[in-house]
Amino acid sequence: MSWLLESPLFFLVLTLVAYQVGRAVHARTGGHAVAQPVLVAVVLVGATLLILDVDVADYLDGTELLSFWLGPATVALAVPLYRQASRLRSLVIPLLVAVPLGAVVSVGSAVLLARVLGGDELLERTLAPKAATTPVSIALSETNGGLPELTAALTIVAGILGAVAGPAVLTLLRIRARTARGIALGSVSHGIGTSRALAEDRTEGAFSGLAMGLTALATSLVLPLVLALLL
Amino acid sequence: MIAGLTWLLGCQLVGEVVVRATGAPVPGPVVGMVLLFAVLLVRRPVDDAGVLRTSDALLRHLQLLFVPAGAGVVGYLSLIRDDALPITVALVGSWVLGLAVVGWTVTLLSRTPAGRERR
Repeated sequence: MSWLLESPLFFLVLTLVAYQVGRAVHARTGGHAVAQPVLVAVVLVGATLLILDVDVADYLDGTELLSFWLGPATVALAVPLYRQASRLRSLVIPLLVAVPLGAVVSVGSAVLLARVLGGDELLERTLAPKAATTPVSIALSETNGGLPELTAALTIVAGILGAVAGPAVLTLLRIRARTARGIALGSVSHGIGTSRALAEDRTEGAFSGLAMGLTALATSLVLPLVLALLL
Repeated sequence: MIAGLTWLLGCQLVGEVVVRATGAPVPGPVVGMVLLFAVLLVRRPVDDAGVLRTSDALLRHLQLLFVPAGAGVVGYLSLIRDDALPITVALVGSWVLGLAVVGWTVTLLSRTPAGRERR
């Protein structure tokens, strides 16, 4: 049986089944926010890996076939944006101000909050890039003295937080315009937040995807400066 | 479908090449997204064009593509547990602050009043 636990086929089927269960739970609960298919699937797959004592690296290798499509899917975010192109012009200035400001706040507040609660400098550097999409947050953690693998995990958690709680918190904050909601969600929860935004509303999804891309760029530029200031 | 995939993968490929050639601090797929956006603006494809349908199909299951990375977090549970308090508070706190600052800034600076866009 041990061949099974090293087989891409097993890992792919496990992931697909878990995702289908997630979709079913989402539908059954009438689209409850916590029942995000990605969260349900992650919990199911994670628990299975722990129970079967599977090496996570084997699982990640085995599901490469699936993860590969994140690249083309990111490119595909141009399509919802294209459908909203007429709204883009009036949002250029707000985007150029809000996204870099958001990047400074994300990085700075993560560092300061970790410090106040007794985190060491390594943890501060590891947490700092977590709002940027995973390939960028990993690279930034590497070049700025964090733990890249832990940064990747925390980035995913920040994304899932956005998929689960993003729309509710935005409503609490009285942010109602679809464009503002999408831009905010993409700025703090990258692609995973965008997946929720797309499910909420076309405009929200389009601008979330755009904000994700701009945040990747802004975080890369401001992170070294903010770290130099605070550390 | 195949024409659509060719556009998506082609744009990503060009994006990756550009990023590596220039050392730009963004992921290749993000450059690919900007490139495809420009292509769409120029070519103005019809509603049922392959690239639009393929993109919609891929984005409909965007969450599936994050499941492997998400499940990979179990490999770091012990590291997270060691610093659970600072990690949780810093992560959630800075997430809320970022969300609020970006959302409020866009709302303030948008020329169209928030009420008009609500649907």
